Amino acid sequence: MAQPATESEFTLDTAAQLAREEGGGGREIRGRSPWYLAWRRLRRNTVALLALLVFFLIVAACLLAPVFANHVAHTGPNANHVLERVNVDGQPTPVLSQGGYLNKKTLQPCSTGGSDCKLFSSIPIGPTWFSGGGRFVLGADSNGRDVAVRLLYGGRVSLFVGVISSAICVTLAIVLALLAGYFGGWVDFIITRFFDLFFAFPAVLLGIALGSALAINGFHHFGLNIGSGSIWIPTLVISYVLIPYVGRPLRGQVLSLREKEFVEAAISQGASPLRIMYSDLLPNVASSVLVFFTLIIANNIVLEAALSFLGAGVQPPTASWGTLISDGQTLIVTRPWLSLAPGIAIVLTVLALNVFGDGLRDALDPRAKVRVEH
Amino acid sequence: MLTFLVRRMIGAVLVCLAVTFIVFLIFIVVPGGDPAQRIAGKNATAQNIINIRHSWGFDQAFYVQYWNMLKKMFSGDLVSYTSQQNVVDQIIQGMPATFSLTIGAGIIWLFFGICVGVISAVTAGRLSDRLITVLALIGISMPVFWLGIVARYYFAEGGVATIFPDGEYFPISENPAQWFWHLLLPWVVLAVLFIGFYGRVLRGNILDAINEDYVRTAKAKGLAPRRILIRHVLRTSLIPIVTLFGLDFAGVLGGGAILTETVFDLHGVGQYAAQSINNFDLPPIMGVTMYGAFFIVTFSVLVDLFYAYLDPRIRPT
Repeated sequence: MAQPATESEFTLDTAAQLAREEGGGGREIRGRSPWYLAWRRLRRNTVALLALLVFFLIVAACLLAPVFANHVAHTGPNANHVLERVNVDGQPTPVLSQGGYLNKKTLQPCSTGGSDCKLFSSIPIGPTWFSGGGRFVLGADSNGRDVAVRLLYGGRVSLFVGVISSAICVTLAIVLALLAGYFGGWVDFIITRFFDLFFAFPAVLLGIALGSALAINGFHHFGLNIGSGSIWIPTLVISYVLIPYVGRPLRGQVLSLREKEFVEAAISQGASPLRIMYSDLLPNVASSVLVFFTLIIANNIVLEAALSFLGAGVQPPTASWGTLISDGQTLIVTRPWLSLAPGIAIVLTVLALNVFGDGLRDALDPRAKVRVEH
Repeated sequence: MLTFLVRRMIGAVLVCLAVTFIVFLIFIVVPGGDPAQRIAGKNATAQNIINIRHSWGFDQAFYVQYWNMLKKMFSGDLVSYTSQQNVVDQIIQGMPATFSLTIGAGIIWLFFGICVGVISAVTAGRLSDRLITVLALIGISMPVFWLGIVARYYFAEGGVATIFPDGEYFPISENPAQWFWHLLLPWVVLAVLFIGFYGRVLRGNILDAINEDYVRTAKAKGLAPRRILIRHVLRTSLIPIVTLFGLDFAGVLGGGAILTETVFDLHGVGQYAAQSINNFDLPPIMGVTMYGAFFIVTFSVLVDLFYAYLDPRIRPT
């Protein structure tokens, strides 16, 4: 602990020293930042931390997809096994079995007249769980590809699109909100009209319009060169669609912060607008931004799945959770796990992010205490 | 009041124009193939394509094309590039399904959303509140199309248990009972997300309102708790819900329920939009966008008016 410079000056350090001498217990008084206080509140919220753990486990599982693919399933995400047989409980079972007129539920051959009787081109193998030696744990799709492997690889794509798009979305929203809130006037007018305009679109409609338009030729403007099958297309489309949903509330916050004394003080000290925005306004909206970031990831994962489901998002053969659900839809009655597994993955991920985001908001917002106590 | 209305109306028209213009630009700037080539078919001669380009006006400047498209839209003779069908007729054909879906689902989500919010706020911190919070969060986290697929698999005809008929819209004029039975599953699927969301928003609002001074005053006067809840707390807590409901309802009415309509094959306006987008068919996309923007903009004006009526503190000038 540094000694005060002069006897007459009474600083926080002097106060700490006095307190230490008085208390005698040697307990140091430490300044606690709002972030530390928020962390202490968050630490007590077991459910939120558990949700964060679930999210990280899902991320880790998806990152380890190549390990699973190479050492357990012995296949790649896009590898075909149409003509192969797998040993299930020692029995060689074809990956794709013969089609024909089959009962939709029992898959036994049936006469063509029955109500549950349907013409199938071929039936992929169902989930082998643990009896297939790690191969086709969740079964195969109609192209003979391993669904478990595709689920993990698809998770990488879905998580990538979700995280990167919400990072872009939140960054752009902050910039717009700071500009609108700080400068006001016509800058504010233009930016808020821009937000209003995008509120008047149904988000999914705009997303599929952009997504499917770009999926044909890619995007080659403003120095950006993105190929037509690139996952950057859904990423950019999704990030752009939700900007007003974050930008509007942030602008409101900046607008009220701008009237605070510390901004006035900074102006009187001759700080430039950029500096005020960066070091006075930004730290004050950082906690909201963090909460938004978490919740927007959750939102964007669902949006990506929706776009891919409609064919305007991630393009085949790249797997994502949305394309997997859409691929499995035609076989839902006979092989429900093709659609159930990726859907459950989405629900778990999004639920974990929503619960954690809620916990984060409660921890960062001191008003939350009032609510819990009631 | 009148100036407020006039100003909002002008703003609404401008937003509609701007929205359609942006969609128009997206499909002009981002090329999805030459529409003339698509109309002409696969074996067209070069001269043929040039003729079509001229007669449909594709050789004109883009703002002229935009203006012509708007004119055609309002005179009702805008036709699709791919199927040559009249766009306005197609949208009108889709409206009964979309309206039935929206109104039914809207009633369900508003009613259950308010129930969920009130119950969890009144029992805040207790088991029922926690249970409801978890269920609401799960409801919010489910992709609506996945829920639709799973619901069809488990409950609709041809799935695990045949309780409901599978998909397709049944006109109410032919058989109201069948209409109801066909739409029940889509209604519930669409409503689940909103119920969870509204319940959570309302719970927060009620818990905020309970701490207000006027509620303490009401308690001090000795009013019955039920009366305080309904007349004093709910009245303020429901105002933000009204705004939310107005905008969400308009969004779904304007073709925003694309996913639900597609999964259940209801042939509504949203599904029409999705199909047109897949075909890069600009006129229907423009038509549906204008139709959707109209509802969203109109409802946001209505919501503002209703807001002023409900909350005397906010009166537009």
